[in-house]
Amino acid sequence: MGENIRVIENATCTFCGCVCDDQILTVDDDAKRITKVQNTCALGRAWFTEHFDEKRPAAMIDGREVSVAEAVEKAARILASARYPVTYGLSDTTCEAQRHAVAISDLIGGNLDTTTSVCHGPSGIAFEGVGESTSTLGEIKNRADLVIFWGGNPAESHPRLFSRYTIMPKGLYLPNGRKDRTVVLVDVRRTKSAPVADIFLQVKPGKDFEVLWALRALVKGRRVDDDLETTTGIPFDTLVDLAERMKNCRYGVLLFGMGLTMTRGRHFNSGALLALASDLNEFTHFVAKPVRGHGNVTGADNVVAWQTGFPFGVNFSRGYPRFNPGEFTTVDLLSRQEADAALIVASDPAANFPRAAVERLKQIPLVVLDPKETATSRLARVAFSTAPYGISAPGTVYRMDDVAISLRPAFESPYPSDEAILSAIKQRVTELLAERRGAA
Amino acid sequence: MPETMTLIAGRTMKQGQALNAGKLKDDYREVTSTGEMNLDDMARLGLKDGDAVRLKTRVGETVVRCKGRKAADLPAGLIFMAYGPPSSQLMASDTALSGMPLSKNLEVEVEPLPAGQG
Repeated sequence: MGENIRVIENATCTFCGCVCDDQILTVDDDAKRITKVQNTCALGRAWFTEHFDEKRPAAMIDGREVSVAEAVEKAARILASARYPVTYGLSDTTCEAQRHAVAISDLIGGNLDTTTSVCHGPSGIAFEGVGESTSTLGEIKNRADLVIFWGGNPAESHPRLFSRYTIMPKGLYLPNGRKDRTVVLVDVRRTKSAPVADIFLQVKPGKDFEVLWALRALVKGRRVDDDLETTTGIPFDTLVDLAERMKNCRYGVLLFGMGLTMTRGRHFNSGALLALASDLNEFTHFVAKPVRGHGNVTGADNVVAWQTGFPFGVNFSRGYPRFNPGEFTTVDLLSRQEADAALIVASDPAANFPRAAVERLKQIPLVVLDPKETATSRLARVAFSTAPYGISAPGTVYRMDDVAISLRPAFESPYPSDEAILSAIKQRVTELLAERRGAA
Repeated sequence: MPETMTLIAGRTMKQGQALNAGKLKDDYREVTSTGEMNLDDMARLGLKDGDAVRLKTRVGETVVRCKGRKAADLPAGLIFMAYGPPSSQLMASDTALSGMPLSKNLEVEVEPLPAGQG
């Protein structure tokens, strides 16, 4: 351990949507890395301790090390000359960087999409159709006496969602913490989250919609086929009991994951859950929140929405923003061989997308910004190594409940931030387009 | 004859930790190419922990190493694996005009591979 050790209190973890802002970091300034993390989970510990200077070039063109300025010039020329480019990713960077990415997409008349489209995008579609009875995590912590997790496994994906926000903490109206809450888990398999639940409902795969719709009917006192167990795997009496608990709680919450959005039915599943939460407000106070994965995916939704009017899947080619999931979303743009260039920020679609989309990524020029080397950065025409947000880059992120939180970086990175690179690309794209207009 | 089962891809703690270290590293490769199967299914197929099986959909295929789970935790006919490049190989690109490809409840053909393969 070096001699220059600092302790940073109230640092913010940006690994997952919990965005815990109570982290205590021990920083070794000589080694330029975080050596100890307190108040964190296993994921947060890995996030903080595994990001350090890996001695990669700050910028590369076709795998060859170049100056950042050269790479910015090349990136700007690729984007300014593309006919149908897409900007994608953005969920693991700051709101300040996201703003520049939106502006670039607007300038070049391209498509703008975020990882939301392959995460809770269907929930975003459902919000528009059904609405959202919403709350902050603080309200849930202080008020919710019935907590239902549906289609997610927070014990492994968001560990402190349990301990900091929803199950364990004592709240203003829940002085006994865990004892004052009833916890329900609905999933197709008994995950590591199951032991924390008072009630576990094991639904058959692909039958969430049927269960949610039956609950809506039961809540409203309508008749439901008591043979529902054959279809859903959940005994009729269990559903009746859950419906009564939902109606009779003081404050209920449905926290739902991608078990609803990534399976058949997609936005209909999310919509059914949101409608159930709305229905329950005839009897008590009930809210629903999607549990968000990446540290600032909620910020991406907010920034894109406040700048374009839509949360993801936006197209600027007519000079004004249009929203159409399935047309302007990245998997579709790539799989249909439409996108002819891509700006990818803090995301790894070459590892996570279907094969047809990845094949297109291999054919078109990519501009990639990422703190780590990834399958996508290896395909890049222009690759930037950037400072990891929250660890070395300052800015603002949104927690999964839309609460904005400022970052408190631990140490300076040798690499520029996403914000700095995107700002420079935006500036150069603006100049190139002005030159083109002048020439015309 | 390969059996047909239902594949669910999802997040795990180990996968989350491994991706921070680097998605091109061995730990990440290993954690994303492990398929959890119901122990009864594995016994019927003559599989034990660490054996290789080929998973195949209409659009692609991948090979995973088996890891047994109790029937109470993972119902018969289900396979769970962590998100990653191997599970992405099995996803179709059709999003049904939603932007979202399906990555849960995929119908997969399961074919045990002889020792030494995969």
